[in-house]
Amino acid sequence: MSTKGKVVGVVANLVTLEVDGPVGQNEICFIDLKGTKLMAEVIKVMGDKVAVQVFESTRGLQVGVSAEFAGRMLEVTLGPGMLSKTYDGLQNDLHKMEGVFLKRGEYTQPLNPGQKWKFTPLAKVGDEVEAASWLGEVKENWLDHKIMVPFDLKGTAKIKKIVSAGEYTSDSEIAVLTDANGNDISVSMEIKWAVKREVSAYKSKPRPFKLFETGVRTVDTLNPLAEGGTGFMPGPFGAGKTVMQHSFAKNANADIIVMVACGERANEVVEIFTEFPELEDPRTGRKLMERTVIIANTSNMPVAAREASVYTGMTIAEYYRSMGMKVLLLADSTSRWAQALREMSNRLEELPGQDAFPMDLSAIIAQFYARNGYVELNNGKTGSITFLGAVSPAGGNLKEPVTESTKKAARCFYALDQARADSKRYPAIDPIESYSKYIEYPELVAYLEENVQKGWADGVQILKDVLLRGKEAKDQINILGDDGVPLEYHITYNKSEVVDFSILQQDSFDKVDGTTPMPRQKQLTNVVLDICQSNYNFEDFEDVNKFFRRIINLINQMKYTKFESQEFYAAEKELKDFTATKKVANDNKKESA
Amino acid sequence: MSAFQKIYTKVENITKATITVKADGISNEEMAYVNGRPAQVVKIKGNEVTLQIFPGTQGIYTNAEVKFTGKAPTIKLSDDLRGRFFNAYGEPIDGGAQVDGEETEIGGPSVNPVRRKQPSEFIPTGIAGIDLNNTLVTGQKIPFFADPDQPYNMVMADVALKAKADMIILGGMGMSNDDYLYYKQTFDNAGALDRITCFINTTQDAPVERLLIPDMTLTTAEYFAVKKNMKVLVLLTDMTLYADALAIVSNRMDQIPSKDSMPGSLYSDLAKIYEKAVQFPEGGSITIIAVTTLSGGDITHAIPDNTGYITEGQLYLRRDTDIGKVIIDPFRSLSRLKQLVIGKKTREDHPQVMNTCVRLFADAANAKTKQENGFDLTDYDERCLSYAHDYSKELLAIDVDIDAEKMLDTGWEILGKYFTRDEVAMKKVLMDKYWRGK
Repeated sequence: MSTKGKVVGVVANLVTLEVDGPVGQNEICFIDLKGTKLMAEVIKVMGDKVAVQVFESTRGLQVGVSAEFAGRMLEVTLGPGMLSKTYDGLQNDLHKMEGVFLKRGEYTQPLNPGQKWKFTPLAKVGDEVEAASWLGEVKENWLDHKIMVPFDLKGTAKIKKIVSAGEYTSDSEIAVLTDANGNDISVSMEIKWAVKREVSAYKSKPRPFKLFETGVRTVDTLNPLAEGGTGFMPGPFGAGKTVMQHSFAKNANADIIVMVACGERANEVVEIFTEFPELEDPRTGRKLMERTVIIANTSNMPVAAREASVYTGMTIAEYYRSMGMKVLLLADSTSRWAQALREMSNRLEELPGQDAFPMDLSAIIAQFYARNGYVELNNGKTGSITFLGAVSPAGGNLKEPVTESTKKAARCFYALDQARADSKRYPAIDPIESYSKYIEYPELVAYLEENVQKGWADGVQILKDVLLRGKEAKDQINILGDDGVPLEYHITYNKSEVVDFSILQQDSFDKVDGTTPMPRQKQLTNVVLDICQSNYNFEDFEDVNKFFRRIINLINQMKYTKFESQEFYAAEKELKDFTATKKVANDNKKESA
Repeated sequence: MSAFQKIYTKVENITKATITVKADGISNEEMAYVNGRPAQVVKIKGNEVTLQIFPGTQGIYTNAEVKFTGKAPTIKLSDDLRGRFFNAYGEPIDGGAQVDGEETEIGGPSVNPVRRKQPSEFIPTGIAGIDLNNTLVTGQKIPFFADPDQPYNMVMADVALKAKADMIILGGMGMSNDDYLYYKQTFDNAGALDRITCFINTTQDAPVERLLIPDMTLTTAEYFAVKKNMKVLVLLTDMTLYADALAIVSNRMDQIPSKDSMPGSLYSDLAKIYEKAVQFPEGGSITIIAVTTLSGGDITHAIPDNTGYITEGQLYLRRDTDIGKVIIDPFRSLSRLKQLVIGKKTREDHPQVMNTCVRLFADAANAKTKQENGFDLTDYDERCLSYAHDYSKELLAIDVDIDAEKMLDTGWEILGKYFTRDEVAMKKVLMDKYWRGK
């Protein structure tokens, strides 16, 4: 018999229940408010009293109202039918809800009940299987959706029965397994999984070593993400976090995109499901929506469900990773998740940490980030989750707790800079403050040397040095005036402007410039490196400025042409010819960089 | 008076804003009256019920009479709300009769995000600083970030009247009596009273009462937008005073303050209000224009900071001493939704004219710095300065009142007057079509 409870206290969405039996931390219960079931999660147990956070408004709730415990944690249902869906933070299908306004206590099916899927077995009777082994696959649009052994199977089991190829609904039995103790386990296409537990049914999680292409040059070339890696983007409002997140969702080289709109503007989600069904994936030509799952728990939706939304997104990503997919998980913004934790911690009257955030904020963030990664599956195939989170630092101050905690957990840091945004230098990622730890990984460097070109990492380092020196030179010019500094300062500064304008700045709304595949990034980098490493003959600083302004102009022309088209080669030649007019023959590379 | 009305007369605790009473069968967020003062349940612990007393607890005795109403705060919605002025509880303050209508709980549920439509309708205001550079779109939410001495109430009343909205709902929080009368007078003079409803909490009223204003205002807005498919414009002033009231209550309830003494839930509290801005699929919409007053222009303070993360842009006013007028600051102001309409719902040259004008205004700002530092000005600098004067006066000043077409024509005219084609450097097709200079 399940445990029952009775409401004894209410403060906003924190409710205290008196219970008559065993309860678990994070167990789900339903509070029965005049027939409306309000879902809630246990967050603290104090003797026979438990504190629960309610995923809905608690208006009208009274002392004495009954509650029933579900005997499980917050879980999602994983199976075919998730692609292109828009869920709330608790995996309710928002399209299945009736009416314009959300109704309290309305929970909808995450999958498509009744829909038949064309199943093809990949295993046979007698095969030994373990958690997440592939039993078969169904065609879900373009995806060969793997049907897997439930993730909670311990040890191995033998297939006792498996259905033959044919059409089945996702909830019908497709196999029976016999586990080591001789118990039969019925398996359908659906797997239930508690969102706060990692899906760890894989063989190993090696260090990331492959480049994860986003199509954004300032990321891929300067501070690359690794497949299975983590990155985060802090930035004040108006610096372009959301535009960046959308740009990654549109252009990244991934099989599946899971986007978590966590406590952000509803109109931004509307933009995604208005545009993604129309826009094409640059690599496959399919509509972007076909590879996307959206978790929309916008800022006006219940705050506890906001906290759940990032876990729901992560669990869905882990599910696809287990079927060998390359998944990109985006969360905008993890600060809102941290704020949800703060609101609850506050109502629980816990002793606060910095800025009233819970003391274990760092640990919670670190554990979450640790769930991503590149994995080798038990069947030898690989899958990955690359995670990019946006952070909204209070007052734009990067020393606040969420940014600092995230900095410890994420390996790439993309600082969005207000000054860059103000001067319309987009993307506003600061090239000097930002970093990628992955370029220190010899595995990744070796990968780049082999797949992009020899000496790639050294070349990128030169670009960074040019940017840094350019910044220093600019400071000097500002203090001493144009005439007050040696000519060399102007050259150094202008070279950094070439890097900025040609590589860093990218028009994410342009058809050609919006995404740059690696071969083109290589070409552009080589062109820019050549310009930066050459010596020139100039008369005065006006001559310098004029020359480089023209260079930038010519590179821009080249950038907007189709790669390796006639126009492209024409622009490349014009650039080369013009550069030659001032080049000094004695090409002392390293020194002038 | 219903037969089930429960009356209690033993108050256990009294703080500056709350009382606690022992009572049974009480619902969370239920309304009550304590010696006739409106109050709301904010916490229940066993049979101890904590009530927030909106007008404050001065003079409340431990034997005060506490009457529970059995329901959350409500408002009666009908077309009779048009042309009326109410206080935070929805009681008339204009001497008129009580309004009858469908009784509806305020602060109702959120719109399902998948049922929203992408905002796409241009809201002309006539003020070029807004229409040209920071175009507003139906369903948008945008605040003025203004210092207390700036004429934001005047600009807002002006915007409200010029915007072609079907209904304007004003929520005044901590408004001075003078400003309240100003709004009333302005709406009256414009003959617009029949499409206006106001909920006003003045500085004379208790600060905690303000907490009801946004919900009253927006529930009314939803009535007109959903039931009548109207384009509704909601004005909220001043949201900083609203947030201050939140801080007072959270303080009285012994909650741990986060940044700038604000409650940890400030972001969610503000988002719940601003996210009511929406474009409904049936054509109705709610657009929110708010005011967030700043302290010494500091936008890193928790109130403007959280607001900036929620709203779709922000508008800044600035006094331009060169023309002696208040302008809409083109550098710091931003409308995030303008891309959805400019050049699409307005003339094709809109985006380019907007960007070019702002870019040259930035050049003028640089020239001005040079001038102030005593450096020599080039001919280009001089022309930039003259241009800036005209641009500021003819387009940015808040008293400009022209339609979108005229704004663009004016832009071309000023550009042509001071600059060459090369300096303007817009797309060739546009230059060929619209260029008026040499």
